[in-house]
Amino acid sequence: MATTSIRVAETPHISKLLQYADDVLILGHRTSEWTGHAPLLEEELALANIALDLIGQARALYQAAGELTGHSEDELAYLRDPPSFRNALIAELPNGDFAFTIARLFFVSVAYDQTWRGRQDDPALAAIAAKAAKESAYHIRHTAEWLIRLGDGTDESHRRARNAVESLWPYTGEIAADRAAWLRAVTPVLTRATLPLPPDAWMQSGGRTGRHTEHLGHLLAEMQILPRTFPGAVW
Amino acid sequence: MGAGDSMLWEVFIRARNGLSHRHAGSVHAADPEMALQAARDVYTRRGEGLSIWVVPSAAIVASDPSDKDSLFEPAASKIYRHPTFYDVPDEVGNM
Repeated sequence: MATTSIRVAETPHISKLLQYADDVLILGHRTSEWTGHAPLLEEELALANIALDLIGQARALYQAAGELTGHSEDELAYLRDPPSFRNALIAELPNGDFAFTIARLFFVSVAYDQTWRGRQDDPALAAIAAKAAKESAYHIRHTAEWLIRLGDGTDESHRRARNAVESLWPYTGEIAADRAAWLRAVTPVLTRATLPLPPDAWMQSGGRTGRHTEHLGHLLAEMQILPRTFPGAVW
Repeated sequence: MGAGDSMLWEVFIRARNGLSHRHAGSVHAADPEMALQAARDVYTRRGEGLSIWVVPSAAIVASDPSDKDSLFEPAASKIYRHPTFYDVPDEVGNM
């Protein structure tokens, strides 16, 4: 007995909440895929901690959206189809290697850190933003320190970090509300990492309007199969 | 990178103001900043921490287990060193 998908009637405010929630849910899910595969036990826990922070943020944001839409957080996460997801494309890309994972988390964490700090006076989001800003600050600290060590490390780690930054760059156009502020925060870390700042050329987009890469469908299939196959299942 | 490229660090966590840092365990990391982050991620997941120290394990100077008779046995017969002859008021808290 499968469930039918839901469609959410979106106002601009609801779309914004879903955009934030979908970004952190999808990135949190991707990050959680490292569980059991990280290069060190210490990093395994670090990535799991970050994934849990992001999924916790998603829950709070879905609950806030749920008060406006009448849908529960589980319905919003599990019963929407890919075109209803508002996450940036960068969040859904497969993890790639460790350098790609770290560079992506760094780029998105910088963008979200600025978002949360800019939302602390917004009555609808202040509590969520205040908690999330502490988490994003640590995510930046952890991923920036890794990126510096990978970029300024061995020939192999430098090559992988550079590849990661260059392949991710066209996907960074969707994440920052203020591109100039984002670049100001990202540039010093790339410089310390001895990684060249890629030129701002053509940027990928589409996530915000539900036009996703092929990867989101596969991710959602795995994430949603249990609640869709066994509606209302509980532990 | 594998664990072979990393140093071992001993982790000390202070759980509350007024308590001392206590040994929590060890982590692998390549340098001090990453050791501090690893200690945070491994040992403070359940709200245990207020302060973290990390120390290179190689910096620990340890007593030799075969010296234990000469180091510790002489204390065993000196019961008068234990402050068991005093009543400690509850308000004193941790000692």
